[in-house]
Amino acid sequence: MTDASPSSQPSLRIAEEILEPSPMAKLRRRIFKNYSFLIGAFILVLIVSIALLAPVLEASGWIQDPYAQDLSKRLNNPFWHEKKFDADHILGTDKVGRDYLSRLVYGAQISLLIGFSTMIISGFIGTVLGVSAGYFGGRIDMVVNFIINTRLAMPVFLVAMAAVVAFGASLLVVIMVLGLFLWDRFAVVMRSITMQARDLDYVKAARALGCSTPYIIVREIFPNVLSSLTVVATVEMANAILLEAALSFLGFGVQAPTPSWGLMLNEGREYMFFSAWLLALPGGCLFLLVLAINLFGDGLRDVALERER
Amino acid sequence: MSETALRTVDVSCVFEVSQGFMKGTKPLRAVNGVSLNIPKGRVVGLVGESGCGKSTMANILLGLQKPTSGDVMSGDSLYYGQQTGYLDRKKIARRIQPIFQDPYSSLNPTKTIHSIVCLPLRIHNIGDPSKWDKKVYDILDLVGLPKRVAQSYPSQMSGGQRQRVAIARALIMKPEVVICDEPTSALDVSVQSQILNLLQDLRQELGLTYLLISHNLAVVEHMADRVAVMYLGRIVEEADANTLFDDPRHPYTKALLGSVLTPDPSLGVPDTHLGTVFPNPIDPPSGCSFHPRCSECMDICSKKAPKPSVEGGRMIECHRYQTNEAEVA
Repeated sequence: MTDASPSSQPSLRIAEEILEPSPMAKLRRRIFKNYSFLIGAFILVLIVSIALLAPVLEASGWIQDPYAQDLSKRLNNPFWHEKKFDADHILGTDKVGRDYLSRLVYGAQISLLIGFSTMIISGFIGTVLGVSAGYFGGRIDMVVNFIINTRLAMPVFLVAMAAVVAFGASLLVVIMVLGLFLWDRFAVVMRSITMQARDLDYVKAARALGCSTPYIIVREIFPNVLSSLTVVATVEMANAILLEAALSFLGFGVQAPTPSWGLMLNEGREYMFFSAWLLALPGGCLFLLVLAINLFGDGLRDVALERER
Repeated sequence: MSETALRTVDVSCVFEVSQGFMKGTKPLRAVNGVSLNIPKGRVVGLVGESGCGKSTMANILLGLQKPTSGDVMSGDSLYYGQQTGYLDRKKIARRIQPIFQDPYSSLNPTKTIHSIVCLPLRIHNIGDPSKWDKKVYDILDLVGLPKRVAQSYPSQMSGGQRQRVAIARALIMKPEVVICDEPTSALDVSVQSQILNLLQDLRQELGLTYLLISHNLAVVEHMADRVAVMYLGRIVEEADANTLFDDPRHPYTKALLGSVLTPDPSLGVPDTHLGTVFPNPIDPPSGCSFHPRCSECMDICSKKAPKPSVEGGRMIECHRYQTNEAEVA
């Protein structure tokens, strides 16, 4: 920084011509340097596009109807086996002769749907509670803390089972139960970060400028907590997908014949020792999806946070 | 004396401090009956050690903190002598703007310099939005920043540049009064003088009024026309800068002036007789709050709080300089 006196104007003018790379160019450079982000994003985009395109793939004959049973072709082996392999079913068939590949593809839809809607619902509840507790403090903080503690005292799994017994098992019940129960981490993280941000001078400066409280929360504080929010959101999305699989495995989640990875694990359980791929395939898919989401979230934080450092 | 820009009348601010679980609260008098007059177009310095209530005063003047009692009056040039407590926060903001101590936390890290400096115009909807860009570039130029920084983020700038951005943000609305809360204490010494000179130049150019809060006496001596010394929530001495620095009267002022370090290390740390203990503001000493640390303490000091005595242009609150009638009464 040169002196502010008028005599230094020429040097400033020269400096003006040396342009920094635009923010977008820098962002692109950071993205391509971050391998975990790239790998996670690649797998995630792959899974999401396959899941979204499932009806199209089925219509164009790439995969088969996930509900069509063929009792003459029960428990066909996937392509790496020589025996009892049918070229129509590349990844084999399950115990009632349904095509395993198409069930996996449609199962991805269910997992992503549950993960995403749970993340949205719980993220919204947790962020509203956490940010208001952190910003206003005092009584509101006490009330929110009480709600968080109450929620932490309730076991998700048992409540989910009770809800399924009370309202019947369906996709909607699973989404609502998980969405209404997984907001605690959002609330805790948002609360503590908002508390830190609240006392910083830029918030005080905004108040001294006469900004309204909603403006300060949404425009000044929220962008600064967004990167932490995305990390929590991806972790919770992965968490919700695993919980759905566990609930479905126990029979309290998505009900047959809907294809769900957890349900497929449950149905393949009896054949664990003779046809291990019945478990390995949906299990591997779950692993891959959760890993991709976590890699993506982690990388996203690094990419997004760079600007603030 | 010239026209008043901002005036406080007997302002107090009391915080209820919790004493721990189930022990109730105790009042902490952060600011205790301060009457301060800020004349238009001048620089008033407010000095005192940490914890004496300087920043609380700044918050009260900015309308961020409601005083427990007393009033902040705007001068005729601002809002015709209205109490700022009755004014809308936006109206206060239009005329009174802060410059904060730490430029590393006073700029939102997720916003570009352009949007930070432009924010006041957007909030107050001043002028034509199509001219905002030009105004932003003008003010950046005025504080000595090149145009190209407009699209960068605060993290890409140095401390001195950031403080210039903070000054640009405070001045873009052309406010009347600028409250500088330790504007240079977070900066390198070499940058400090640049920022101070910038503040001086801008004051002359835009006809600003400054309240300069600082614990750095050299800064205050360099900038201020009038100085108020604060101790434990009260102003103990107030005078024109020259008078105060040439002839300090209050023992606390003397000690403060004596505590300025010299460049010569062989002289060591000056002895100020202050000791190291700042009294607990929750439980202030009886009588004159300064008496436990005072080198010229008298019997009366621990029993009776001194009353302010005004003599010429200076105000002092000390038994040693009490006029005779006050001592008798």
